[in-house]
Amino acid sequence: MLTIQVNGVAQTVDAPEDKPLLWVLRENLKLTGSKYGCGQALCGACTVHIDGQPTRSCVLPVGAIGNKAVRTVEDIRNEHIGSLVQNAWRELNVPQCGYCQSGQIMAATALLKSNSAPSDQDIDRAMSGNICRCGTYPRIRKAIHKIASEQL
Amino acid sequence: MITAHFTKPHALFICAARVMLLALLSSTAMAQSPLFQPLYEVLTHPRCLNCHTKTEFPRQGDERRRHDQLVVRGADNHGAPTLQCAACHQDENVADDAVPGAPHWGLAPLSMAWEDLNASKLCIALKDLSKNGNRSLSDLLRHMSEDELVLWGWSPGANRTTPPLSQSEFVDALTRWVNAGGPC
Repeated sequence: MLTIQVNGVAQTVDAPEDKPLLWVLRENLKLTGSKYGCGQALCGACTVHIDGQPTRSCVLPVGAIGNKAVRTVEDIRNEHIGSLVQNAWRELNVPQCGYCQSGQIMAATALLKSNSAPSDQDIDRAMSGNICRCGTYPRIRKAIHKIASEQL
Repeated sequence: MITAHFTKPHALFICAARVMLLALLSSTAMAQSPLFQPLYEVLTHPRCLNCHTKTEFPRQGDERRRHDQLVVRGADNHGAPTLQCAACHQDENVADDAVPGAPHWGLAPLSMAWEDLNASKLCIALKDLSKNGNRSLSDLLRHMSEDELVLWGWSPGANRTTPPLSQSEFVDALTRWVNAGGPC
């Protein structure tokens, strides 16, 4: 049994320390917003925030988290910028199939928290690890610019 | 006699050209000090050089291709502000070794870029306090024999190749070089 901080709540889970965080979230805690894509930190679908930093939960052993704060897409609306991102995503109809989008939202939220006026290059550099097979990149970029120019 | 007069200077010229060519070749590949040559061969192995790049991004693989996902160096040599190396690279390799990991995974600063340096230049750069993080020779010995990210180079997992010397051979060679005053 180990205890981790997830979305502001201390959660005690019955899981071995080497179980990837993604599977603790999805199986033990039934937080299925974070997706399994590649399982090798190559695609970004499993991105969550660890102390605010986007991190690939599919390769992160749950035992390595310690007291750090985990935040998932289920809770991101409770951050001001997270809610702006979700609203813009809805307004501009950013997702197509949607599978990668919780990871995209987590990466975009972290970017806008760190940089309120990102250039195209800043966006590319922050988002290049989040792959979208539908190719929604132009809409992702547009949504990030829209939030930055209108709401930050 | 006429032929001999022509042949002798011609042969001398070829000989001189050969010496110059050899000198040129040795200046690009061979250290002047035999004590540094084995270190050079380790430091320029892909496990070391892929993150001691002169580029704005890390490299990967023995072919030294640009790192997947087009990740970047970033101001702190640990990636873009919100796409840090640690987003994927943990303190150790993942269970199947597919994603390598070691503490403080990241790029060496640009001042420690070794790409395209010949042995003499790399040796001089390695000892340059303004470039090497203000490390004395004994600091360099400690860094290269104890730092966990450096040591990862000899236990990279999966099918990754390792430097031409074993870790203990490298430390021995490094110690000999340091004890000799770091000749280049």
